[in-house]
Amino acid sequence: MTEPTEAKASAPYMKPLPEPTDVTRPFWDAAKQHKLMIQRSKQTGKYVFYPRSVSPFAPGDALEWVEVSGRASVYSYTVARRATAPQWSGDEPYVIAIVELEEGPHMTANILGCPPGDVRVGIPLQVSFEDVTPEVTLVQFRPRA
Amino acid sequence: MSMRGKAAIIGIGEFKPTRYTEGATTLGMLAEVGRLAIADASLETGDIDGLVTESFAEAPMFAPATMVEYLGIDAKFAEVVDHGGATGAGMVARAAMAISSGLCETVLCLTAARRESRSNSGPKRSAGTGWSGRRVDRTPYSEFEVPYGAIGANFGYAMIANRYMHEYGVTPEQLAKIAVAQRYNACHNPNALFFGQPITVEDVLNSPVIVDPLHLLEIVMPCAGAAALVVTSARRAKKAKHAATILGVGEHTTHRSITYAPSLTSSPITAAADLAFKMAGVRRKDIDVASIYDCYTITVLISLEDAGFAKKGGGGKFVDQHNLQFDGDFPLNPHGGQLSFGQAGLAGGMSHVTEAARQVMGRAQGRQVKKCQLAFVNGNGGIMSEQVSLILERGR
Repeated sequence: MTEPTEAKASAPYMKPLPEPTDVTRPFWDAAKQHKLMIQRSKQTGKYVFYPRSVSPFAPGDALEWVEVSGRASVYSYTVARRATAPQWSGDEPYVIAIVELEEGPHMTANILGCPPGDVRVGIPLQVSFEDVTPEVTLVQFRPRA
Repeated sequence: MSMRGKAAIIGIGEFKPTRYTEGATTLGMLAEVGRLAIADASLETGDIDGLVTESFAEAPMFAPATMVEYLGIDAKFAEVVDHGGATGAGMVARAAMAISSGLCETVLCLTAARRESRSNSGPKRSAGTGWSGRRVDRTPYSEFEVPYGAIGANFGYAMIANRYMHEYGVTPEQLAKIAVAQRYNACHNPNALFFGQPITVEDVLNSPVIVDPLHLLEIVMPCAGAAALVVTSARRAKKAKHAATILGVGEHTTHRSITYAPSLTSSPITAAADLAFKMAGVRRKDIDVASIYDCYTITVLISLEDAGFAKKGGGGKFVDQHNLQFDGDFPLNPHGGQLSFGQAGLAGGMSHVTEAARQVMGRAQGRQVKKCQLAFVNGNGGIMSEQVSLILERGR
């Protein structure tokens, strides 16, 4: 089983990390507390990801941060048989996926906790918080039992 | 006010793609290929009064000003186009817009890519930089995709292919056929990178899987090269030695990242192609040659559907029922496509325009499509994001 993006206790984490902005910090702060929080439109009730400073739905709209279920499914995926960037060299094969949250929005993530060859479109997922450094927790997904 | 028929391509410059260009500058390549296009149009530099270029390593800003200075052009219209692989088609669209609105009369469109061999031996770029190699901090891309290894384009098109297989179904053999037909075409084009190297469906399927389900031979190979066009007014095109009239233009962009695309299997090409066909006033069945952006085999399959040549979900069947060779019943990318001609950066996307123009001008030599009057071009930028469709007609 390959779980490439999980932190190895012995080795420093060498992959690129997100650099939160004022707009996106609530997402990463929540992840660090192992909570999945995204934005929701006050006017339409629709959820949106990634975090934005303005609503993509209507000019007079406002966005609010809400905690979501963490339940999701694989919208699509690929198994990288060759590293997509040098920092992932040695991790292949690994899964890059578009994850569809139960609430609607799509996110990019890796699918952990199962052999890459077992991933299929539609399989149910649960969010998994990966504490890759003391500062950063990545939002990842694993197949839901 | 429609742009229909108001402008035409009258000059083509193109370098034969190579794997590497040691020591060359993009600036120099853009200038050289521009001179070729001006000469092909039988014009002098002084006849050019507009310029459209990409931004490039030596001029990430002030690219148009750098080029007009270098070439000695007095430009009444100078701009940069940033549409990824659709940049070439987008340049022609913008040139036609500028000409038809009376801003200028004759526009030089420039694309080029240099490539040093050392880039092949070490890390090409660090993660967190854009496709152009520039650092792109504080973008949703660097924050929400790069940390997951979602870098480059291969992974995105692979996810499109897997979703397409889930929704509609296409066999690996059907996708492979697209690469094989383009290679056949390239074997009739001495300028193609893969000239003299025919392949079979088995070769494609036996090549290594890079990102499931895409094999190596379904993925473009980056190379170096350059392509330029001269676009002028219909009035001036009447005096030209050869011309490809711009009958229709359509654009559509809906997303930057495939993760947030409205659909993985229906692209913005539909809207772009519909606009181009509506402006041109021609039907799909009138088209004699299709010059469709082919960074991957799946790109071609979805483009054929969304541009209206095949039914949605029927791309695999279309590939089985039609011969996509230049001498077949549905001539597609006679130059070999980027898959077999080569993808020289944005000049790769431009090669679909240069080839369509050559074909309707009747200048495609050993790969000339018979009775070629109308060409459909589609440029695709990013991961099925920026789409520019053109319809070109034989001028003279």
